[in-house]
Amino acid sequence: MIHIENLYKSFGKNKVLEGIDLSISEKGIFAILGPNGSGKTTLIKSILGMVIPDNGTISINGNSIKNKWNYRNEIDYLPQIANFPANLTVQELIKMIKDLRNLRGEDQQLIDLFKLSPFLNKKLSNLSGGTKQKVNLLLTLMFDSPLIILDEPTTGLDPIALLHLKKLILQEKAKGKTILITSHIMSFVEEMADQIVFLLEGKVYFKGDITALLTQTDEPNFEHAIANLLTKQNV
Amino acid sequence: MERIEDIFKQLSTALRIAFLYKIVFFIACFSITTGWAKTITVCNTCEITSLKKAIAVAEAEDTIFVKEGTYNEFNIIVDKPLTIKGENFPVIDGEDQGEIIRITSDNVTIDGLFIINVGTSYTSDHAAIRVVKSENFLIQNVVLEKLFFGIYLEKSNNGKVYHNKIIGDAQDEYNSGNGIQLWYCKNVVVNRNIVQKTRDGIYLEFSDNITIDNNISTENLRYGLHFMFSNDDVYTNNTFENNGAGVAVMFSKRIKMLNNTFHKNWGTAAFGLLLKEINDAEISGNTFEENTVGINIEGSNRITYTRNNFIRNGYAVKVLGACYTNVFKHNNFLYNSFDVSYNSRINDNVFVNNYWSSYTGYDLDRDGIGDIPYRPVKLFSYIVNRTPETIILMRSLFIDIIDFSEKVSPVFTPDNLVDENPQMKKIE
Amino acid sequence: MFKILKYSFFDLVRSRWSYVYLFFYLALGFVLLFLNNDLSKAVITLMNVIIILVPLIGTIFGVMYYYDSKEFTELLLAQPIKRADIFLGQYLGVAISLSLSLLIGLGLPFILYGLFQSTAIWDFVLLLVTGTFLTLIFTALAFNIALYNENKIKGFSYAILLWLFMAVIYDGLFLMSLILLEEYPLDTFSIGATLFNPIDLSRILILLKLDISALLGYTGAVFQKFFGTGLGFSMALSALVLWVVLPLLNIYRKSRKKDF
Repeated sequence: MIHIENLYKSFGKNKVLEGIDLSISEKGIFAILGPNGSGKTTLIKSILGMVIPDNGTISINGNSIKNKWNYRNEIDYLPQIANFPANLTVQELIKMIKDLRNLRGEDQQLIDLFKLSPFLNKKLSNLSGGTKQKVNLLLTLMFDSPLIILDEPTTGLDPIALLHLKKLILQEKAKGKTILITSHIMSFVEEMADQIVFLLEGKVYFKGDITALLTQTDEPNFEHAIANLLTKQNV
Repeated sequence: MERIEDIFKQLSTALRIAFLYKIVFFIACFSITTGWAKTITVCNTCEITSLKKAIAVAEAEDTIFVKEGTYNEFNIIVDKPLTIKGENFPVIDGEDQGEIIRITSDNVTIDGLFIINVGTSYTSDHAAIRVVKSENFLIQNVVLEKLFFGIYLEKSNNGKVYHNKIIGDAQDEYNSGNGIQLWYCKNVVVNRNIVQKTRDGIYLEFSDNITIDNNISTENLRYGLHFMFSNDDVYTNNTFENNGAGVAVMFSKRIKMLNNTFHKNWGTAAFGLLLKEINDAEISGNTFEENTVGINIEGSNRITYTRNNFIRNGYAVKVLGACYTNVFKHNNFLYNSFDVSYNSRINDNVFVNNYWSSYTGYDLDRDGIGDIPYRPVKLFSYIVNRTPETIILMRSLFIDIIDFSEKVSPVFTPDNLVDENPQMKKIE
Repeated sequence: MFKILKYSFFDLVRSRWSYVYLFFYLALGFVLLFLNNDLSKAVITLMNVIIILVPLIGTIFGVMYYYDSKEFTELLLAQPIKRADIFLGQYLGVAISLSLSLLIGLGLPFILYGLFQSTAIWDFVLLLVTGTFLTLIFTALAFNIALYNENKIKGFSYAILLWLFMAVIYDGLFLMSLILLEEYPLDTFSIGATLFNPIDLSRILILLKLDISALLGYTGAVFQKFFGTGLGFSMALSALVLWVVLPLLNIYRKSRKKDF
């Protein structure tokens, strides 16, 4: 589905991606992990076309995404920082995104799930961080695209919302979708991810399922395995 | 009843007789007059078919009546007091041969002719009608076209040029003549004429006590009206539009210029009114609108400018060289690019009680007079005088800033040139 | 693009700032009319004000909007929308709402004051046309500045500098070079120099209307041709169009390459 070859990107002197090769052809949940500054967000943004790579190719379903925009119809993306146009109400924002994508979107179900109806006519600038994140999730998950990319989806969520989120992700997975997630909550990753993609120094350092990770690092549990990978970086 | 009828009959007969006597008396009078002066008719089928012949057979005080038609004649000399009157504008065609009519006698009237094709010459000033050393002439209702000079008055006094239409086709100054020219004349009235497309619409040289009023002088190559060495003349209610320059008054004294309109005299060195070496003139009630320069003043002294309107001119008043004791009072300066321009730092003229549309002061005591003086000369006008191309920077914020600094402390412009009493409202 | 334009526009129409500008122009119009008590005079004063003020408002507001809507932009970038459409749509949203503030804010008081019965109506139309052009141009320049500068403070400083340069410094340098080179024929140079500054171009359009009498007083044949015929007007107008198009093309070019 996603095929990345030899991807390079630097911002000024700061080399962020240094030859990423990654192929994701299966369905399921993929967690993209790595230390701060390892290029997780840059990689995701490259896939979305928000960052233009210096070198290398990204193709989705066999087509290069360079200078294209139509392929984004196949992607639902949850940005990390949810800041919206301040003067719009939640309702208008939902309408706008639907209008922009020319899709109907299953928003009512999600509104009920996250109990957002009291906020529908409030301006986005007046919402709390958690509510904003719920709106953010709603905007992402109301469409039915085969590829879902979630950048830190758990930020600011209360435990109930978190439960709902997990359920939703599993539902989507059940529909046979590919889901990319970045998160720093290890328990969340451990619980949800089928596959781990670990980025280090701008390269894919590890790709495989949790069992393979445990085997490779020779650690008893997931958290330790990740810590192991992180300390290797310092060696 | 019958008696009453009789009385009425008798009365009416008496009235009838009285009326008859009256008619007889009139006829008698009329035959006496025609006995003194006869009427000679000229037409293409008449006994007399040319104006020249008619003049030859006419006696003093006769009237020559020219019927509609075309008469190819030139060098017609009117040497006795005659009235030459056209019916439906008979055409006198000079066929470009030279002068057409020359008046050498006193008391001549020319009325209602259409004169065309005056010969152009580089050696002599051929005119459609020339009056030479004659008095009491009247030239009226004449139409002149295709001319060199139009009406040329030479050493002739006490006459009138009234209600004529002179339409030239001048292209270049060197081979065109003036519409109406006065040379060494006195006491002449030039009234209600229309002059177009000649060199100078109306030109006066060494002519005094001339009255010029209600004329319309437009599209002339050089000046609409031009004075040289002429004194004590008055011109009022004339319109000068689209001329090379509206009016030029040069080397003359005591000229009165009242209630004229100077409009759209546009172009390089074009102005509504040019004053050069003029003293003791009065300029009042005139309107100067959309001229490159409203009034251009050079070496002119003791002139009063009152109640004139200067509207949307490039420069309302441009002062060059030494001009002393001129007074500008109660004038309106409206939306001119520059109100006043000086080329030196010396000022001996007075500006007072004028209305300036670009005045930005206030009137706290509500007496109709601005509380802070107005400085009509901008530094920018000084810069433009020096480097003309800088005009392209007009209305730039940078220019406004330097103008403001000059206003605060004058360095380049005359520091005593201020209107101490700028009016808050337009002067009606 | 029109969808983006629509949303940016509605977003702006509701923002406090649009009303601030609208009321500012309304106040300016009414105050000028009240003080001058004369429509033609007010129009002339406004012309002088507009060519300075509109660029300032355009640049500041353009830069501000760009930085303020950064998150919105990122939201849009992840949507299936062409990049250039996002920026051009946002640009048009800002430019149109600013232009409308200008048109309504100035139009209303003048219409109430009897503009349609006045001879100054064409001067006023010209005023609005140049005002709109300046809004389009300076908003586009502001977007360019913002696209090249991630740092908000830097972006704002450059925007102010740009305005200061175009409004004042440029003309100062221009005047100085004219005076220094006064023994050479300068009319081609001076006309050429105005083409590189949209404020000067707008000024030329206004000069052609208000000061034609003065402009025609100059001898240079090039000047005569430029000001005396329709040439000056059409040249200035086409240069203004170029001033809108070129920055827009650069927005298009830059936005395709930029990372977010």
